Amino acid sequence: MSTRLAKGGRRLDRSRKIEFTFNGKRLAGHAGDTLASALLANDQVMVGRSFKYHRPRGIVASGAEEPNALVGLGEGPRFEPNQRTTTTELFDGLTCVSQNHWPSLEFDVGALNDSLARFFPAGFYYKTFLFPRPFWKHVYEPVIRQSAGLGKAPKDLDPDRYEHFHAYVDVLVVGGGLAGLQAARAAGQAGARVLVLEQTPHWGGRAPVDGGTVDGKPVEDFIADTLSELEAMDNVTLRARTMGAAVYDHGYALGYERVADHAPGAEGPRHRLWRIRAGRIVTATGAIERPLSFAGNDLPGVMLASAVRDYVVDYGVSAGDRTVVVTNNDDAYRTAITLKQAGLEVPLILDARAGGGGPLAEAARGMGIRVENGKGIAKVKGRKRVEGVAICAQAGEGAVLEEVACDAVAMSGGWSPVVHLWSHCGGKLTWDTGQALFRPDPERAPTGADGAGFVLAAGAANGALDLAGGLADADAAGKAAAKQAGHAPGRKAAPKAETEEAAPIEPVWLMPQGAGPALRMKAWLDYQNDVKVSDVQLAAREGYTSVEHTKRYTTLGMATDQGKLSNINGLATLAGALGEEIPNVGTTTFRPPYTPISMASIAGDARGRTFQPIRRTPMHDRHEANGAYWEPVGHWRRPYCYLRDGESVEDALTREINQTRASLGLLDASTLGKIIVKGPDAGRFMDMMYTNMMSTLKPGRCRYGLMCSENGFLMDDGVVARLDEDTFLCHTTSGGADRVHGHMEEWLQTEWWDWQVYTANLTEQYAQVGVVGPKSRETLQKLTDDDISAEALTFMGWTEIDLRGIPARVFRIAFAGELSFELAVPANQGRALWDMLMEAGAEFNVMPYGTEAMHVMRAEKGFIMIGDETDGTVIPQDLNLHWAISKKKDDYIGKRAQARSHMTSPDRWRLVGLETLDGSVLPDGIYAVGEGTNANGQRNMIGRVTSTYHSPTLGRGIAMGLVKHGPERMGEVLEFGKTDGTFVKARIVEPVFYDKDGEKQNG
Amino acid sequence: MLQLECPNCGVTAEETEFAQGGEAHLTRRGPEASEQEFHDYLFAKENPRGVHFERWRHVNGCGKWFHVARCTATLEIFGTYSAQTLEPPREIRDRISKKRPGWSWREFA
Amino acid sequence: MKRYSAFAIAREALRHHTGWERAWTSPEPRQRYDVVIIGGGGHGLATAYYLGKNFGITNVAVLEKGWIGGGNTGRNTTIIRSNYLQDPSAAIYEKSRGLFETLSQDINFNLMFSPRGVMMLAQTQHEVRGYTRTAHANALQGVDTEFIGPQRVKELCPIMNIEGPRYPVLGALWQPRAGTGRHDALVWGFARACSDMGMDIIQNCEVTGIHSEDGEVSGVSTTRGDIACDKLGIVVAGHSGRLAEMAGFRLPIESVALQALVSEPIKPCMDVVVMANTVHGYMSQSDKGEMVIGGGADGFNNYTQRGSFHHIEETVRALCETFPVINRLKMLRQWGGIVDMTGDRSPILSKTPLGNCFINCGWGTGGWKATPGSGWGFAELMVRGYSPLTAAFGLERFREGRFIDESVAAGVAH
Repeated sequence: MSTRLAKGGRRLDRSRKIEFTFNGKRLAGHAGDTLASALLANDQVMVGRSFKYHRPRGIVASGAEEPNALVGLGEGPRFEPNQRTTTTELFDGLTCVSQNHWPSLEFDVGALNDSLARFFPAGFYYKTFLFPRPFWKHVYEPVIRQSAGLGKAPKDLDPDRYEHFHAYVDVLVVGGGLAGLQAARAAGQAGARVLVLEQTPHWGGRAPVDGGTVDGKPVEDFIADTLSELEAMDNVTLRARTMGAAVYDHGYALGYERVADHAPGAEGPRHRLWRIRAGRIVTATGAIERPLSFAGNDLPGVMLASAVRDYVVDYGVSAGDRTVVVTNNDDAYRTAITLKQAGLEVPLILDARAGGGGPLAEAARGMGIRVENGKGIAKVKGRKRVEGVAICAQAGEGAVLEEVACDAVAMSGGWSPVVHLWSHCGGKLTWDTGQALFRPDPERAPTGADGAGFVLAAGAANGALDLAGGLADADAAGKAAAKQAGHAPGRKAAPKAETEEAAPIEPVWLMPQGAGPALRMKAWLDYQNDVKVSDVQLAAREGYTSVEHTKRYTTLGMATDQGKLSNINGLATLAGALGEEIPNVGTTTFRPPYTPISMASIAGDARGRTFQPIRRTPMHDRHEANGAYWEPVGHWRRPYCYLRDGESVEDALTREINQTRASLGLLDASTLGKIIVKGPDAGRFMDMMYTNMMSTLKPGRCRYGLMCSENGFLMDDGVVARLDEDTFLCHTTSGGADRVHGHMEEWLQTEWWDWQVYTANLTEQYAQVGVVGPKSRETLQKLTDDDISAEALTFMGWTEIDLRGIPARVFRIAFAGELSFELAVPANQGRALWDMLMEAGAEFNVMPYGTEAMHVMRAEKGFIMIGDETDGTVIPQDLNLHWAISKKKDDYIGKRAQARSHMTSPDRWRLVGLETLDGSVLPDGIYAVGEGTNANGQRNMIGRVTSTYHSPTLGRGIAMGLVKHGPERMGEVLEFGKTDGTFVKARIVEPVFYDKDGEKQNG
Repeated sequence: MLQLECPNCGVTAEETEFAQGGEAHLTRRGPEASEQEFHDYLFAKENPRGVHFERWRHVNGCGKWFHVARCTATLEIFGTYSAQTLEPPREIRDRISKKRPGWSWREFA
Repeated sequence: MKRYSAFAIAREALRHHTGWERAWTSPEPRQRYDVVIIGGGGHGLATAYYLGKNFGITNVAVLEKGWIGGGNTGRNTTIIRSNYLQDPSAAIYEKSRGLFETLSQDINFNLMFSPRGVMMLAQTQHEVRGYTRTAHANALQGVDTEFIGPQRVKELCPIMNIEGPRYPVLGALWQPRAGTGRHDALVWGFARACSDMGMDIIQNCEVTGIHSEDGEVSGVSTTRGDIACDKLGIVVAGHSGRLAEMAGFRLPIESVALQALVSEPIKPCMDVVVMANTVHGYMSQSDKGEMVIGGGADGFNNYTQRGSFHHIEETVRALCETFPVINRLKMLRQWGGIVDMTGDRSPILSKTPLGNCFINCGWGTGGWKATPGSGWGFAELMVRGYSPLTAAFGLERFREGRFIDESVAAGVAH
């Protein structure tokens, strides 16, 4: 059984007991434990079920590579699925549940899949569930979905906070193990700004577990000294609990800091996402041990040899009383020696190498441990945990030589450098035959903005697996990174470590090498996704021979661990099946992040009210107080209408429109874009920007203008006022101000940069109010001594007036078709103006009206609306706006485009008014149907409704639309197809429904 | 995630400060253009896998347009320069030639 | 070809699955074919399949420079829908969606087409109007969609927050028979069916030159030798410009990165596909349990198959707001693909200046869902010189100003 040892555990504070629950069971551990070490200490060997076959699974690893031991952590709003127990720090009150089983971990109905595993090989679902056809949707898929998935979905609103940090450094060091610390020191001593990220709470990595001496000191002391040296350097920042998550182009990197995962509910953010720009990045990310592929290698109790060692040394936890070690390299002997020193039994070391190991093997033998060379495991015995192993010759087919009882197996198939961050941005790998591993190819590093490599691998991550080699490599990487970032490195020599001789690794991709099908289908490659040696071989047999095909067909490496344990074994198995060399098969693509990071950390602070800024006009509070029913318009909020007690939206609209047409209404038009175009060449420029002739506009006058894209389509419209000879004020649509300003600047800066024109977007500098209705002049005159009579301020004129001390521009324009004045005042006087107008208009029962009333009133007048009558495919000619397109000009933006054959076609749909025969309101966006169908069987369409409203003024539905040959078909009745298959009839009419002669606008 | 230096204000900033504006050194074709000329002006873009000259705007900064010489396959930046030029500056072309012998882009090399 | 079935699996299980044959053969290229298709992605293989199935043309080679399905077919978010606004788009996407319904059975390969329903959220008045219009158009185009209210949205997708502080959900365009499918399976299934008809699927075969005489293509040079053909189809998303250059013409295309990501797998919590164009994000849950998430395309020309992180950030931010439960899920993997954007963001299925050379490209962000329909139409175009499905998607439209603009109804289209 796994248990807590009486002694040991360098990370533990045995004086502090920590209570937690697993599946409701109350358990205890110590401060310093991970959830995994605490579970093992409580003999909780089985901790979950696998994805496909629901096989019992235990802890395999001691770090981020763990594929099996995932739990649902926490409760209620802080519940989180798929948490790795090996990287979860134990805290008081922790609650967790195992995943992917029903009704319980011990008895799982889904395990039926395991007994039928032979019928569920890789990709079986592509070959079956085909009949009867509806069953996929209604039966097969729901069942598959239920049995797949891992943890449960969180249900409640996340109460935690998340934030982003930005950091700019010369050298980013990822990994706070021995190599990372040494690289940071070398770079720091050169004077570079250094940031060091370590994913665990501890510095120094695995070196202290393996032991050794550096510069004559025990490695643990050397680490402590290095750390205090780094802490004292102003130019070095150290961050524990922060994983280097991703590397992107131009030296951009992500750090993922788990600020409070070990202290839920603590003040401050839970996670912090670091967005880092680094001159150079040193990946000192270590290496991960590989499992061996033998039958039953997934049983709870079979663990990585290094993990077994970690649990003893770091946490004082034994994985079992009797541990069989199986290996193809010398490193695993350290585990046997460590176990023996801790007083545990190691009945046997199986070394697959015929020649056996080096000095470490001798040391193990010297301690009285039985070592068998050239032997391996034929099969692990046991059902829910290890009970023993059957031994065989590695060279054979698995004939059992002997059975040995044990309750744990420590395996080592060699080491794979963690090359993920090197690879994220395009770094390439090279196969190191001697060490049987892929390591970064320094000749093909990821390149940055300057074209030079910007990532350097260091230590074990670079394939320098031994202590001495790793330190020297890291020192060199740190110095090189600093130098490349512009800091001359010091001459201080690298620390010297003592290195033990080791016999070379002999790659073992299948144990025994001649294992038959029965063994191969129990030899796991990918634990979580249940991919076995037999599955990869099946993929190869069926022609899925590209490593990417194999991955996708078998799901190898696609689980939450992204194949950290399985990828190399899998591709070696594939290479074997194809008779290819491993480097020819290649790896799949390493994609960010290194281990999964929370979605909320990516979103950061931008949640709820801070999700996106809302733009408010100066009068916003007045609207709010007045019952505004808001509508988002771009980033603005505008009142759609103002609701009074008990009113429906329709009631409010009718009231606002009737009042405005009868007497007086106010519209907050502050969101309208206001762009100044100024300079000696302003007229010439305006003539290019607008379809109209703007250069002839007289100061003091206004003109309605159309603006097109170079592709000919109508993009914006608005009233242009000429302020003086050199200056135009261009009004744009509410959503269009930034776009139009950008459009103007683009042409000015990139095409006509020699023209003397300056533009400025003054949208937010002015508050603008439409004073609309027959009583508008009377109201306004109460507030000013200036002359705003019909004679002094004619239609489409503008002037400057004083409104009780507020300087204002007043424009005589009429979007609603009534006598109206649009006032523009400095934004900070907007609310005062509003209040003044409300007061002055009180005798006329003044009411503010919203965007919808504005829409209805303009439609009653037949005025087009950008975004309604236009949609990016409409040209001004479609809208019968020829009068606004100057014939005298040689050129304007969009002119050439509008001469193309499809644009000049007489068959284009053109603007008309539409009235239903029964007075009802045409549905919005409805299409008019023609005869028959087109070649694709679609009903022929000959027009569509672009705006449709109930007009309170006319007491009936009115609409505008685009109809093929429309203006030539006045009086014709068209049929419009409703979504229910029925039709509604409407007559083509002139698009001006109200005050056709335009007399109202003169009051 | 690119990092660019705006040649107008001298600031080196994150991609999020900039807006991309397509191919650089386009010659505008107006009403006199033939159908083919106008089509090419609007739509026939270089789109190379390699050296590319393109327009960017420092939209969340100084607001100015500028040009960038960039590799679309590696995202290497060969230089940024004023948008008020008719062709890529000699200095930048030489720099590219040094790194990518034999490159060409439209009529430039 | 041995048929796939539960019985076949049972039979094979008894002999440890040693009897399965290659899904598609891997022959050496021959010197001449009636038709050569460049590009072994979904669209290329679909074209080959329908050349055989609909026209009996089986002397066909599909040339793939890497592994089949290694481009955008294997990188998309697997959504299948046809609720497009413009007639030509609705026609080809609906044809495609219809083919998906029975394709698994037709090619005896389970594509896991899952008609779970797709909704596109309306979060502004503008979108409400845009989608109402689309629903009207769809009714006449034979595409089954409807505009639904916020309460129905919530019923169909209970994990959605329909009262977001910034953009409340005002309704959605709902297509009940849209859904998702297994992208890799489509490629493998088509390859197997093509191989069964005697066609050659040739991987690791890069085209290095296109030979033409008198305005007609005579063959191609490849890394595995010269191959002659009577007709050539170029179907190489992401590389179309280069192939067109080899053939001597230019395309109105720019290539940009499009990114996607998945969360860790969780038990089923979302049964429909949701697209939210105002905030630039869409999400569905795969059969494996991962939340599959996509957003808008990056801005600049890019061939790296990597995008910029801030796009991921924007998408995730939007979806955290719309689906609060995903806050505590984790991003497992993000990736990018290279998409060809045309001048109007709609695809090109067209004749070319070379008489017997045809091009299928420019699918932008919307190619996956169209795969079978595209293959159907393109095969017809190659054989007959005309297909009603592809007629509007010719290259000449950019000259004439006859665009197919799908962004008109609502922001990002695909």
